[in-house]
Amino acid sequence: MKTIQEIAYHIRIDILKMLNAAGSGHLGGSLDLVEIFTWLYFKEMQHRPKEPDWNDRDRLVLSIGHVAPVLYASLAHAGYFPKEELLSLRQLGSRLQGHPCRNVQLPGIELAAGSLGQGVGVAVGMALAAQHDHSPQRIFCIMGDGELQEGSVWEAFMSAAHYHLNHFIAIIDRNGVQIDGTTEQVMALEPLSDKLKSFGLHVEECNGNDFFDLENTFNHIKSIQNQPIAIIANTKMGYGVPEIEGNNQWHGKVPNNEEVVRFIQTLRK
Amino acid sequence: MKSWSCKALKATKEGFGEGLIIIGEKNPDVIAIGADITASVSVNGFAKKFPQRFYSIGIAEQNGIAIAAGMALSGKLPVFASYATFAVTRALDQIRISLCYNDVHAIIGGAHAGISVGPDGATHQALEDIAMMRVLPNMIVLSPCDATQTKLAVMAAEQCQHPVYIRFGRDIVPDFTDDSMPFTIGKAQCLKEGNHVAILATGHLTWESLQAAFLLEKDNIHARVINFHTIKPIDKQAIIDASTTGLIVTAEEHQTAGGFGSAVAEVVVENCPTPMLMIGVHDRFGESGPSQVLMEKFGLTAVSIAQKIKTALSKQ
Repeated sequence: MKTIQEIAYHIRIDILKMLNAAGSGHLGGSLDLVEIFTWLYFKEMQHRPKEPDWNDRDRLVLSIGHVAPVLYASLAHAGYFPKEELLSLRQLGSRLQGHPCRNVQLPGIELAAGSLGQGVGVAVGMALAAQHDHSPQRIFCIMGDGELQEGSVWEAFMSAAHYHLNHFIAIIDRNGVQIDGTTEQVMALEPLSDKLKSFGLHVEECNGNDFFDLENTFNHIKSIQNQPIAIIANTKMGYGVPEIEGNNQWHGKVPNNEEVVRFIQTLRK
Repeated sequence: MKSWSCKALKATKEGFGEGLIIIGEKNPDVIAIGADITASVSVNGFAKKFPQRFYSIGIAEQNGIAIAAGMALSGKLPVFASYATFAVTRALDQIRISLCYNDVHAIIGGAHAGISVGPDGATHQALEDIAMMRVLPNMIVLSPCDATQTKLAVMAAEQCQHPVYIRFGRDIVPDFTDDSMPFTIGKAQCLKEGNHVAILATGHLTWESLQAAFLLEKDNIHARVINFHTIKPIDKQAIIDASTTGLIVTAEEHQTAGGFGSAVAEVVVENCPTPMLMIGVHDRFGESGPSQVLMEKFGLTAVSIAQKIKTALSKQ
């Protein structure tokens, strides 16, 4: 039985190999979300990889579609589809589209995403349906921090609070950077926690690259009633590969053949 | 051939509301999502009858469509209705990706279609919604001709497996079809035979076109009138058959560019090149005024349609 750290380590290796093979894609965010995805798929969520449409499953809704590699690698490691398929990322005819797609019959994909800010509204719709049916399922919406600049995100938060959707858990990858620079340079988000609280969300902050912190946070939110939850997960873009950590140049860049070998050799364990 | 008479004057939006209650009674998964103008778009009847299945999301169309997508992905049949200008234009990105790319079964009701909206003016008169909806993969686009047919359109939409857009109007117009007329998505209806010209109409302009055809009979011009309640998928064979008349006229309360006329023209140029006359709105916004006066000003009444056809035929 692999430890959660070992699973995360192997998911990172696959992400590096996938993006190297694809020749394009988004490395930074895919790497910094590995702990969160691993925690959700291997510890937190009620789901059945061999029965992906099980009605009462918890749902992982990826709002930032560009980090598809971490989703695909996590699903494959969880047993949704063969790991061999990972290297087909972005190739013609692949089920692993550049951004997640539902119409290619890839098990485990909850929605197509790629236009920033949309997934959160869809997640609210799923949480409303769960509440309507008195289903125990929880909806974990993985968001980037940059996409909080989209106005419709705040419409979604407002409605989640209006309907007291404690089935709804937004996990915000607060790596602080986006394509044009830091979030605070491009369009400031701070004081983010206060903004979220004022919209009626229960807010937690944690280190999104630390399993102990994630465990404490996810355990703590189980006691929250009648309120949607936002977890501000502070991460370092590119986490796991010391050479590129915190460097926003790696948002939409992929490793070449030499880099992929070096990055894997120097991966954090 | 059946002669058509007006049973009553009734806004097509009323048919939408009636259809919604019918599918709500039949299907417990139907959920309505309201965006503040619930009564104005005829969702209030459903909300009153099924309060547990009505969710208000406020003035937030983008969120309304995204929520609809989420509900549909969780097994519900969401119906989101607002004025077509806002439901479609404001939320176009959400419709494109969350509804159409995910290919979920959801219904969008687009109210206040066309200039017959009247006094509210251009901001509220949807003249571009057909164009925007019909280019989206997986989307089905319905534009029924009267209140009764709008009710049937909602019932047909409940049976689909894809996103469906239903367009309807605000003003009272003749209700002339009946429940026994089969409504098959993608199948146009020939309401009057004729071989000198074919008028292909959608929405309320089907009635105006029928009246235009009867005016033309006085000049011994026999016009065929075909009701296109479905704009996508379009009934290609009905268009090809219409081309044998030698002149295809399209009539819509919408921009001719990108709208129903364009959809017909796409079939015509590839399959049966035929002269066409496109009646509709030509690259301009609407304006305020009484509904009937606006219809006259924009040349969308029976008299105007008949006159334009006579002119076109005289040039042939």
